[in-house]
Amino acid sequence: MVMARNNNIQKAIGLIILSAVMVVIPFIVSGYKVDFLTMLMVNVILAVSFRVITTTGGWSLAHVPMMGAGAYATALMTGRLGIPFWFSMPLAGLAAGLIGLGISYPLRRTEGFAFFVASFAAGEALRLCWIRFKVPFGGHQGLVVPPPKLISGVHWLDFSEAIPYYFLALVVTVLCLLIMHRLDGCRIGSTFKTIESDENLARSMGINTYRYKMLALAIGSFFAGIAGVILAHRLWAIEPTQFGFSTTLYLLVWVVFGGTKTFYGPILGVVVLSIIGELLRPLADWVPMVYGIIIILTLIYLPGGLESLASRIGIPKGKAWKIRISTEDK
Amino acid sequence: MTNMAILELIGLGKNFGQNVAVNAIDMSIDEGEIRGLIGPNGSGKTTLFNMITGFLNPTKGRIIWKGTDITGAPPHVVTKLGLGRTFQLTTLFRDMTVLQNVIMAHHLHIRTSLWHQFLKSDESRQEEEEIEGMSLALLEKMGIETRKNEIAGELPHGYQVALGIANALATDPKIILLDEPVGGMNPVETDETMQRVKTLRDEGITVFLVEHDMRAVMSTCDKITCINFGNKIAEGSPQMVCSHSEVIEAYLGEEVSCSL
Repeated sequence: MVMARNNNIQKAIGLIILSAVMVVIPFIVSGYKVDFLTMLMVNVILAVSFRVITTTGGWSLAHVPMMGAGAYATALMTGRLGIPFWFSMPLAGLAAGLIGLGISYPLRRTEGFAFFVASFAAGEALRLCWIRFKVPFGGHQGLVVPPPKLISGVHWLDFSEAIPYYFLALVVTVLCLLIMHRLDGCRIGSTFKTIESDENLARSMGINTYRYKMLALAIGSFFAGIAGVILAHRLWAIEPTQFGFSTTLYLLVWVVFGGTKTFYGPILGVVVLSIIGELLRPLADWVPMVYGIIIILTLIYLPGGLESLASRIGIPKGKAWKIRISTEDK
Repeated sequence: MTNMAILELIGLGKNFGQNVAVNAIDMSIDEGEIRGLIGPNGSGKTTLFNMITGFLNPTKGRIIWKGTDITGAPPHVVTKLGLGRTFQLTTLFRDMTVLQNVIMAHHLHIRTSLWHQFLKSDESRQEEEEIEGMSLALLEKMGIETRKNEIAGELPHGYQVALGIANALATDPKIILLDEPVGGMNPVETDETMQRVKTLRDEGITVFLVEHDMRAVMSTCDKITCINFGNKIAEGSPQMVCSHSEVIEAYLGEEVSCSL
């Protein structure tokens, strides 16, 4: 009990320090670095929402196109229809969630490799739609996205500037993470995990696993869509190649590197690898190779990802099954 | 008690491509009995279990549960109707603790909506507490409550089987299908497990089990069905089945004595 309380106090102190750093940091680094941090937050949402799906056992290759769905939805809603940003953000998330729900229907019966291939096909089909249908998606050129206007006429709230947008992204990221953290910790999250552990057993316990897998894919896609909204309104322009397979590969690398057993694994993976990538920027074209080496070394020496270091160096276990090293994964 | 058939199989068969795994089996299990299913490896025992519990769609025939046709119902629906099962190797979530396993197995007891579960509302918390209480009681009944915080996959084999049965019982089954419950157990563990099976029957749960351990089957089952190459070759009391010439030829061999 005392241990648990100490643990909680440590956690609280850690979070306070982290939030202080996150608030102060945009004022002490250059504008370019602020945008780097904004994109980092987009990727954090993307990776954590990806984990919502992996907890049911499927590694969806359609996840980055789902982010694209959110980006395209907000581009169309704010650019063409003039819907204010505040409404277009949740609506674009919802659009991505609905598309996720749509593709989850045929995907729900597939497992393992079949799920991999089928989800890849679904994602590519979506991407081809953006290329093929020039109206309204703009083909290869993509779409222009207006910077968000939140309250017109208030100058210090100009969200076309890096720092205000950083704080907008920060608030959205924190909200998304809080919701997904709760989802992971409540019974729904545990039910997701039973499917990853042994789907047939879960079914024999009366769990409608198809329904839960669809739910996970829809929720994961919703948050991927939100990440896409934050991305689009900072880049001001989107095109289909941004949501192609190379981005998916980066996502997979982050998540493998961080681990998926805990909520924090994917966050760790994104943050550490993005910082390494930024430090290696002078190496330019060699960065993907460094990533490749990191992944190979991770798979050999740290198959559970960065998160498994915690249990290796003896940080007390919360729920033991949550931070198990996944060496014997099928 | 009137001997009413709780589960009936009518001409049930399953083909995998050209292979006939199960060929038109007729069977009727009475409420409150312990029924054994024996037969050589590959004779279709597990296929039969998988058809009854909805994991496989039969190629032909019907499954009648308490007078209702349930052929083709998916597993989670079958479980809800009162058919619990264990699996051949393990019936547990390896990464979870023993208690967490049984808590998740109480899925059908959840009455609150997903939204309440997400919000952890008072109703949902209360329900979780009730489920935890029921889970602890179930673990106690299976004699593994002292192991509740251990990782299920790291338990000794005997305890894993006990946990598997606890997981199946958490769905409140009227009939429980046990796939090789004493496989890999020593004689002491076997006796303990079979004693538990009898206790289940005394509590009103019908038992249908697949087992190779003839000593266990003979001493526990009220009635035994023997299948070979997907066909039923004998059915009746343990003494009758083990002295049946076809059973001896196909499965038992000469050396097994019926005096057990």
